[in-house]
Amino acid sequence: MTARRLRATLAGALAAALVLAGCGGGTDDPAAGRNGGGPVTVFAAASLTESFTRLGEDFEAAHPGTTVTFNFAGSSALATQITQGAPADVFAAASPATMQTVTDAGDAAGTPSVLVRNQLVVAVPKGNPGRIAGLADLVRPGVKVALCAEQVPCGAAARTALDAAGVRLTPVTLEQDVKGALAKLRLGEVDAALVYRTDVRAAAADLAAVEFPESARAVNDYPIVVLRGGGNPDGARAFVDFVRSDAGLAVLTAAGFQAPSGS
Amino acid sequence: MTPVARRQRVPVALLVPAGLGLLFLVLPLVGLLVRAPWTTLPRRLTEPGVLTALRLSLETASAATLLCVALGVPLAWLLARVRFPGRRLVRALVTVPLVLPPVVGGVALLLVFGRRGLLGSWLDDAFGVTLPFTTAGVVLAEAFVAMPFLVIAVEGALRAADPRYEEAAATLGAGRWTTFTRVTLPLVAPGVAAGAVLCWARALGEFGATITFAGNYPGRTQTMPLAVYLALETDPQAAIVLSLILLVVSVAILAGLRDRWVGTS
Repeated sequence: MTARRLRATLAGALAAALVLAGCGGGTDDPAAGRNGGGPVTVFAAASLTESFTRLGEDFEAAHPGTTVTFNFAGSSALATQITQGAPADVFAAASPATMQTVTDAGDAAGTPSVLVRNQLVVAVPKGNPGRIAGLADLVRPGVKVALCAEQVPCGAAARTALDAAGVRLTPVTLEQDVKGALAKLRLGEVDAALVYRTDVRAAAADLAAVEFPESARAVNDYPIVVLRGGGNPDGARAFVDFVRSDAGLAVLTAAGFQAPSGS
Repeated sequence: MTPVARRQRVPVALLVPAGLGLLFLVLPLVGLLVRAPWTTLPRRLTEPGVLTALRLSLETASAATLLCVALGVPLAWLLARVRFPGRRLVRALVTVPLVLPPVVGGVALLLVFGRRGLLGSWLDDAFGVTLPFTTAGVVLAEAFVAMPFLVIAVEGALRAADPRYEEAAATLGAGRWTTFTRVTLPLVAPGVAAGAVLCWARALGEFGATITFAGNYPGRTQTMPLAVYLALETDPQAAIVLSLILLVVSVAILAGLRDRWVGTS
């Protein structure tokens, strides 16, 4: 008897939960439509991980009922996913070149705008035990350096900066994205890595940044755009407006990004 | 007549899922073939970077397989033939690299064999040897991920082998080592070959542990899967070509070995 009653209670509870879930969905959607809410899917460059995660939380707080889902990866990989039909609402890339593959494929709704700019630094362990002062020190014998592969934006920028400095550097590894280069440094396998200033600031507890003049030649623009293939164009536009607002830019510059030139 | 009669008796309940399974495995390959840029294929094949990565892949996968056979066959024998406390735990531990995401395996290898690792710092101090970012590091990463395939295959073969041959050898005065080399090994040779093939194939396709532990540098640690991944960043067509080359070469080698060693069945 008790077992049967328990089962009946459970079944009732389950049914109630299903009904509630159904109602919840029913009441949610119109509200979401009204204030540009609902889920927003954002594909963003790996180097935006910390600041966009923070901005996503702020955006959700400012727009109740809205959820922001992120896919952080190397910009080129994200561009490939988008051109292959991944359902994304917003794309923020770490270089105009990767953004162009998306706009060329006709996946962007509108013209990309430059959100922020990022500059390379030499990342070293905190305290700079190798006493590295600039790019020229990276070719000292015994100094192991991680770079990004030239196929990804941070690697292309590193190549430009090294060429500008006339430094012929042989790294021990060419990582698939900036976080990979950073991981090798944090695990102590390399003595230095050419990464973005923002990455070092995000890992300030373990790492220090050595600025070098040639990085000014290899500044990366970060374009952002609303995509065609997403299910929530209103939410996408609201998110882009939000990160481009003064409050959004304040979060980004605090993370080490620079405001775009001319604004 | 008999083969026809046998064919008629294949139950539909088995035939349909079997066909679907085959389709599921083969369709992605068809996708690669359909999208392959056939016109530029010859030019891409002769790019020096491609052959370098291919040779490195074949060499490291073969070296990793040798390492796995040298260490894995005795380990499989221990698991199959010797009763010791904690044997079930050891058997479970052997499969750890199977369930571990390869990238995590690579980090784990760094924590042990890296410059600051448990053994790596000692290797560096005592011998000046550092494994990360070297071709030896690639072999190590591949062997770590591929060894369970060999151990499981060989242990299965050992368990299926008739222990009476070994007992007969023992009663004739053969020691355990002689029995192992003269009786056990020839008995399970097909199992070892099958395990080595699985192991080699897994090592050849290894990506995550390799890029995490050994990094990526052309000619030294950039194997084909790493080259494919990076090509995908900018030039998906090149990535397809590289994948096809890896696929064709590995299938050709495996088919060749199968005829020679395992025998056609």
